[in-house]
Amino acid sequence: MQRRQFLVLSAASVGGVLVYSLDRRVSRVFAQEKTTQSLKIPLRFFTESEALIVAAAAARIFPADDSGPGAQEAGVVIYIDRQLAGPYGRDRFRYTQGPFDENALREFGYQGKATPADAYREGLKALKGFEKLSPEEQDKKLQQIENTHLFALLRQHTLEGMFCDPVHGGNVDMVGWQLVGFPGPRMSNYAEIDKHFGEAFRPKLISLEQSIGRKVRTTEDEGAKS
Amino acid sequence: MKTLPSTDVLIIGSGWTGLLMAKELSGRTPLSITILERGRDRRPEYITGMDELEFFVRMHMMQDPSTDAVAMRHDAGQASHPVRQFGAFLPGTGVGGTGEHWGAVYPRLMPDCFEMYSKTVERYGKTKLPEDHSIQDWGITYNELEPYYARSEREVGISGKAGNLNGQKIDGGNVFEGQRSSEYPMPPTKVPYFPTLFGKTVKSLGYHPFINATAIPSQEYTNPDGVTRPPCAFCGFCERTPCMIGAKAQPSSVYLPVVQKRKSVSLKTGITVRRIVHDKGPNGGRARGVTYFDESGEEIFQPADLVILATYTLGNNHLLFLSGIGTPYNPSTGKGTLGKNLTYQLQFGVNVFMDKPLNRFMGAGGTGIRMADFDADVFDHSNVGFIRGGVIGATMTGTQPISTFGDLPRSVKVPRWGSAWKKASMEWYDRTANIGFGGEHIPYVGNYFDLDTTYKNPAGDPLLRMTINWRENERKMVDFMNGKMVEIARAMGAKDVNPFPGYFNFDVTRYQSTHVQGGTIMSASPDRGAVNMHQQHWDISNLFVIGASTFPNSGAANPTPTILALTYRTADTIVDRYLKKPGMLG
Repeated sequence: MQRRQFLVLSAASVGGVLVYSLDRRVSRVFAQEKTTQSLKIPLRFFTESEALIVAAAAARIFPADDSGPGAQEAGVVIYIDRQLAGPYGRDRFRYTQGPFDENALREFGYQGKATPADAYREGLKALKGFEKLSPEEQDKKLQQIENTHLFALLRQHTLEGMFCDPVHGGNVDMVGWQLVGFPGPRMSNYAEIDKHFGEAFRPKLISLEQSIGRKVRTTEDEGAKS
Repeated sequence: MKTLPSTDVLIIGSGWTGLLMAKELSGRTPLSITILERGRDRRPEYITGMDELEFFVRMHMMQDPSTDAVAMRHDAGQASHPVRQFGAFLPGTGVGGTGEHWGAVYPRLMPDCFEMYSKTVERYGKTKLPEDHSIQDWGITYNELEPYYARSEREVGISGKAGNLNGQKIDGGNVFEGQRSSEYPMPPTKVPYFPTLFGKTVKSLGYHPFINATAIPSQEYTNPDGVTRPPCAFCGFCERTPCMIGAKAQPSSVYLPVVQKRKSVSLKTGITVRRIVHDKGPNGGRARGVTYFDESGEEIFQPADLVILATYTLGNNHLLFLSGIGTPYNPSTGKGTLGKNLTYQLQFGVNVFMDKPLNRFMGAGGTGIRMADFDADVFDHSNVGFIRGGVIGATMTGTQPISTFGDLPRSVKVPRWGSAWKKASMEWYDRTANIGFGGEHIPYVGNYFDLDTTYKNPAGDPLLRMTINWRENERKMVDFMNGKMVEIARAMGAKDVNPFPGYFNFDVTRYQSTHVQGGTIMSASPDRGAVNMHQQHWDISNLFVIGASTFPNSGAANPTPTILALTYRTADTIVDRYLKKPGMLG
């Protein structure tokens, strides 16, 4: 059995970093409080070096900048790690019988054999050391792979990790939703639907578990290999 | 193989049609009824439905392609490919079927949609018909179906406003609709900002906007069966999602509460039906029951006196092909009927970028405004290069960020990722909306179903194969409507508009609608379709096939109201005529 891998981050390296406790709850540690601490986040699918590449790539796809936080602050790499370890990562819900046709017309969708997990494991080999490059060099590298299946997955999964409900490990503290003014799953907008014409209505953000008042068991948690 | 005790009625599928048939037959006859459902009863999970990732992106409610895929090709000369992940259309699975996650839009078909062939020839002559079309009249008319539409609207619980009540045209309703015998049971739903703006604008342009008829209750509603649903809360999680509060009409919230109380009905889940077992006879064959795999994988024979095939279009076709019931359609000779006239409602949108925020996280299925000025044959087609038409509208169904972040005006030149893209996407995020079109799709000789010759399902059976592509009539209609929609968007004061790129090859990755129709079409004579006007199979009198698979062509209207109207009619026929004298109905 593979030795359990951790993503080790220095709390000082980012403005605030996420801590995943054993019961999978997420909390945030702020740099000014614990500047010397390093954090060990248990990984389900990635090796540590893979996780560092993915975290760095996601942070270039959806960067933190003067418009607000990005993939690193939202915990996108943790989101992707969980998805790839779960049923989605092994294509539990895709038709996977051959023959495969990598050169099929775009209109038929992805016709290759690789599962999302395979695509990352194979594709990341070509990005060794990516996290150590300068941001400019990283962008150049991503431009080179922009038309690959791996990049399509990385971009899609970065969006998912930015904007999913926090129960899936991304969008921590609902930072993604704050960027676009999405308030999350409110039980009712009955009194508001035909009001606020032409004006931004931005109610307080709420997550799924807060909205329905109970814990939610996700597909990736049900199907995770322990 | 284990053989179970016989059941009087066997219903395959527990979606809208299967549960409706069970409700009607159990309420009006003492017959024993068994419903077989492939999926599970997922109602306990509905409360967690406000989760874009699980329900919208990973499509938690949909048929699982790993066990139930379909193959696709554009024409008979092309190699097929399996649809490995659903995208264009999204069939459901589980108790309630596709109706659990639908958009709840509830329009009737236009009257001339049932007589597309004769009405087109009458007005324009045969030369106007597109090359290689296979249009044929349904054999049933709008007027015959009208009372059943009305009944479905009362039972399902529809909010809307009539535009043609007993021949009287009413402003604010759809003045182009067929004559209605009754008003909708509930007033229309509230209308959000963007559709309100759309309605005002198209009215000022001389068109006839109306509030969409939807299966979304505008107030608390109790239907004639005594089933009560609360008013919609416009939470914004509606399409691809089951309703968390039981407001949106779903088979599980409209028919199941009645069916579950009936002791004569047994609903079995986790069942994969393999074949309809039948004998061939000189005066038509006879279905003896079905074989299926139960949840443990054991194959079982369930005998039955009457079999009702009530799955989605794909399942209805697939099971008849696998069972060897009916003669497969041959596009070269035009002979055979099974698989014929595969159609698929046209749908596309124009992205509209506005000045002001739209608060588009709020909404519900079909909530908004439509206009039918370009529907069916409402407008003169003499000087346009296509026949028929569709409906243009603006709805707010509720929009979530994973699937829409990054929709940008084409004039904004940024890469598809990185800081500039992020900033532009944030800027436009809540100012982007959609004007949509839903159009009629005419049938062609070359668009049909059969069995695939390469790909198989895990049980070793060939996949169903769709041969379908767009042709000149669709491409020209889409270009025409696209132009009208861009004009409307500009008149609404849009800062920018992305016109639709147009119809090229059929694309399984672009979500269009889950309105795949035909294959087991109804016809006035057995050489032209698989079932008769009562949806009774022409070859097997104790087999009824119900659902949109019996539509000879697609309307612009979403199919569920017509599916249900036909099912009510078939239920009446079975109770009033078939059961009294089983056999082929005249």
